[in-house]
Amino acid sequence: MARETQRQKLLTRRAALIAGGQALLCAALVGRLYELQVVEKDRYTVLSNENRINLRLLVPPRGRIFDRFNVALADNHQNYRVVIVPEQTSSLAATLDALGTLIALTDADHRRVLREARFRHPFIPVEVRNNLSWDEMARIEVAIPELPGVSIEQGLLRYYPFGANASHVLGYVAAVSDKDLNGDPLLELPDFRIGKAGIEKSQDLKLRGTAGTSQVEINAYGRVVRELARVEGQPGEDVVASLDMATQNFAMQRCAAHQSVSSVVLDAATGDVLALVSSPSFDPMLFSTGLSQAVWHQLSTDPRHPLTNKATAGLYPPGSTFKPMTAMAALESGAITADTVINCPGYLKLGDATFHCWRKGGHGPLRVHDAIEQSCDVFFYETARRTGIDRIAAMARRFGFGRPLGLDIPGERGGLIPTREWKLAATGRPWEPGETLIAGIGQGSVLVTPLQLTTMVARLVTGRAVVPHLVRANGLMPEGGDPDPPVFARLGVSGEALEIVIGGMEAVVNNPHGTAYAERITDPDFAMGGKSGTSQVRRITEYEREHGLLKPQDVPWKDREHALFVAFAPISAPRYVCGVVVEHGGGGSDVAAPLVRDILYEVQQRDPGRRLPQPQKVAQQSPGTSPPAPPARPSPG
Amino acid sequence: MASVFPNLTHRELTLADKLRGIRWDLIALITAIACIGFALLYSAANGNLYPWSERQMVRFALAFVPMVAVALIDIRYWFRAAYWIYGISLALIVAVDLRGIVGMGAQRWINLGVIELQPSEIMKIALVLALARYFHSRSGDEIRRFSTIFAPGLLIAVPVGLVLKQPDLGTAVMLVANGAALMFLAGIRLWIFAAGAAAAAAVAPLGWSMLRGYQKARLHTFLDPNTDPLGAGYHILQSKIALGSGGLFGKGFLMGTQTHLSFLPEKQTDFIFTILAEEFGLVGGLTLLALYMVVTGYGFAIALRSRSHFGRLLGLGLATNFFLYAFINTAMVIGLLPVVGVPLPLISYGGTAMVTVMLGFGLLMNVSIHRDVRISRLGESQVG
Repeated sequence: MARETQRQKLLTRRAALIAGGQALLCAALVGRLYELQVVEKDRYTVLSNENRINLRLLVPPRGRIFDRFNVALADNHQNYRVVIVPEQTSSLAATLDALGTLIALTDADHRRVLREARFRHPFIPVEVRNNLSWDEMARIEVAIPELPGVSIEQGLLRYYPFGANASHVLGYVAAVSDKDLNGDPLLELPDFRIGKAGIEKSQDLKLRGTAGTSQVEINAYGRVVRELARVEGQPGEDVVASLDMATQNFAMQRCAAHQSVSSVVLDAATGDVLALVSSPSFDPMLFSTGLSQAVWHQLSTDPRHPLTNKATAGLYPPGSTFKPMTAMAALESGAITADTVINCPGYLKLGDATFHCWRKGGHGPLRVHDAIEQSCDVFFYETARRTGIDRIAAMARRFGFGRPLGLDIPGERGGLIPTREWKLAATGRPWEPGETLIAGIGQGSVLVTPLQLTTMVARLVTGRAVVPHLVRANGLMPEGGDPDPPVFARLGVSGEALEIVIGGMEAVVNNPHGTAYAERITDPDFAMGGKSGTSQVRRITEYEREHGLLKPQDVPWKDREHALFVAFAPISAPRYVCGVVVEHGGGGSDVAAPLVRDILYEVQQRDPGRRLPQPQKVAQQSPGTSPPAPPARPSPG
Repeated sequence: MASVFPNLTHRELTLADKLRGIRWDLIALITAIACIGFALLYSAANGNLYPWSERQMVRFALAFVPMVAVALIDIRYWFRAAYWIYGISLALIVAVDLRGIVGMGAQRWINLGVIELQPSEIMKIALVLALARYFHSRSGDEIRRFSTIFAPGLLIAVPVGLVLKQPDLGTAVMLVANGAALMFLAGIRLWIFAAGAAAAAAVAPLGWSMLRGYQKARLHTFLDPNTDPLGAGYHILQSKIALGSGGLFGKGFLMGTQTHLSFLPEKQTDFIFTILAEEFGLVGGLTLLALYMVVTGYGFAIALRSRSHFGRLLGLGLATNFFLYAFINTAMVIGLLPVVGVPLPLISYGGTAMVTVMLGFGLLMNVSIHRDVRISRLGESQVG
């Protein structure tokens, strides 16, 4: 017990020492607080209140976006706007009313300002209106003494010189929404804009730059007295897009002839997307300056989906443009050879079902080359039946279908390549043999994006897994082409199979029997090869089989067939590929092929993959080199 | 005798005895501090209960249940479980290193489904339990031996090493300080502490090289905040302006322009003291410090009244732990210590720290309730 008592005594003594130590530490805290809050109070009060130091963030200018030849696609323009600092007004609502007598303010503006003020720090200015005219600015400047908290700020407005022409590629910038706020004060600033779509979004962090800071002295009324220190931010980095804006403009203008079109032009050697069209488009400036409810409603309810990038997110049955995949799968698996002959009597019976060819009387005996050239359905029904859906699906995936290609802008969709497992999982029912036939001609559940179709052609002509991209890692295009273009992995398919399919596609356009002979490019240096497709949106009824198809103009727009065409050029050494999908446009060779022809002719003339543009020549180019189209004929599938 | 002093009879404590033993005065103090916290969180959200204040209230209320439960469980159970709790806490820290989720740039949390647990917080209590048990079982002669420092040294060093790897400098500092305090209280000889301090000074350059970039920046900043007023020194400078401009009586509740003006991230957590000091001035700051000191003092009083060495060490360790939270946080906010991540106890927004502090008070009350329970050297029960 004595020991225990001794131990307790020692503990008590040391506890007292610890308590004393703690008291000393606490005294240090008290002393420091006294020093800060009493001795140095005046100094800090000056810093804080009457002339308080305010750290202001300097918004970094957003990086610009250029096309491959240094043409500015997204730039920054001076812009004047009126802002209110909520904590400097006696009543935010009353100040807004007073402002409303000077400049036009809608009820929506009122509500937005009040809402934004609630969610932000009261000292952060809230933007009332953007893009003031000189007149409006003058009226506000005169009235500013009676409007505490109101001021006019100068800022940069995102400007897109080509308007709607590349809006799906570039995307747009818009005010930071509440869900984007992550505590970064830069995002809370009223004039800050972040990328919401396209390259503006995918490259946002790079384009954004880093904020600078300015330490300013502010008087009691919130006016800046002087700047004490300034740390410049890092302006956003410029981004070079792979686009050739002249080609893009041309394609856009050419596509505008139809209701709803998407088109992609690729440099097959590098994967550079030279043009990417989704028409109709929208003006990206609308989002920079704030979108009115009416315009938004109009854009978002338009059945042609102007806000959707249909080239990367539009899903279409590929129709006959998918036949090269069926041919590749069959040739690679040995299900057919180049010399296999299949007879087309105009239909094929499988069990109880009859599968029709687009040509009522049939094509007679055909080899694969002729079948591609004439787009015979029966040949590909039989070929698909022999090959099986699993091999066709596997081949299609190798060529980029069934999942997103990984294009470097957001929103790309993957489409669908049906397989047995997918059908069972999605519907609970087993795969029907007839579905293989339908899938073999690109109908049924097969869904692809125009970008995937175009990429398929790039992969066919190169034999490599070309991946399209919109941002150039190498920066601006140098004269003579990229010194170190990306090298894509080999697809691992046989060269003979590729040659047979490509040969068939050349015949589609250049052989008088071909489905698109009328749309060939006659200049032999620029000749193209391609494949047409007309994909059904609804079933063809028995009535129509009996009495002939309804004329397109007799069918509601939404029910008309999609017209597709994909092609490569020049035949001698394929470099440029183009795909066009005209939504509800009608026949692929009649409607889509002329667009592809003109675009491919234009892009070959410019040769943006190898040459710097020569403006004086390009300006006079016209696409009218092919003979006038013959009278309409039955639309090939 | 038995009828005159019922608490000293040789019988086990009943539940009623235990409930009577709960220190309502301590609970009142804790609640008062927590209420200051609710008000500050309300102010931090520009006068809104959402998002911090209301959740903190719910947490505080919920933490009462485990606190009382911990207080009522027999102290000998805690004695026997001490090493187990330590071991489990250690395992959890390792688990966090292995598969913890990344929060705030540092791997510190482990998701138990219901709550996200920060095992390094739990370790602060587990270490006190383990060291109290260890020293309880050592005789005075053993304690005077130099070799006696190895086991407790290891008990401290292992979690400190793991926590530093996370990296959580604040917790590491607290574990070292609290561990050293317990070794000091247990009677480890003074020259060993002097030697330890000298050794620490010798390896300091090595430690410097192991710090992360942001930790070095914080230390640089601490030494001279003006070198980088817009970068790493920004927090501390803004915080000082907020404090200084608060003056003697502060700018008034919700009127702290500087606190709202400065873009202090985490103002609801580690830097919440600035809101108090700006809006309520020196008076407000001193009031809170006084409350903290009173609570710490209560802890010491409770500990020294315990009849078991384990109870005394446990109580002193827990009280010191609480003091360290308050001291380190306040000192870093007012620029006396470098910025390390230590929350202001019962006030900073956050779940685990609140639960840990409340569990600590549960154990402290446990010591108070079981002050007359004796524990033999090896832990067999013995009342009287």
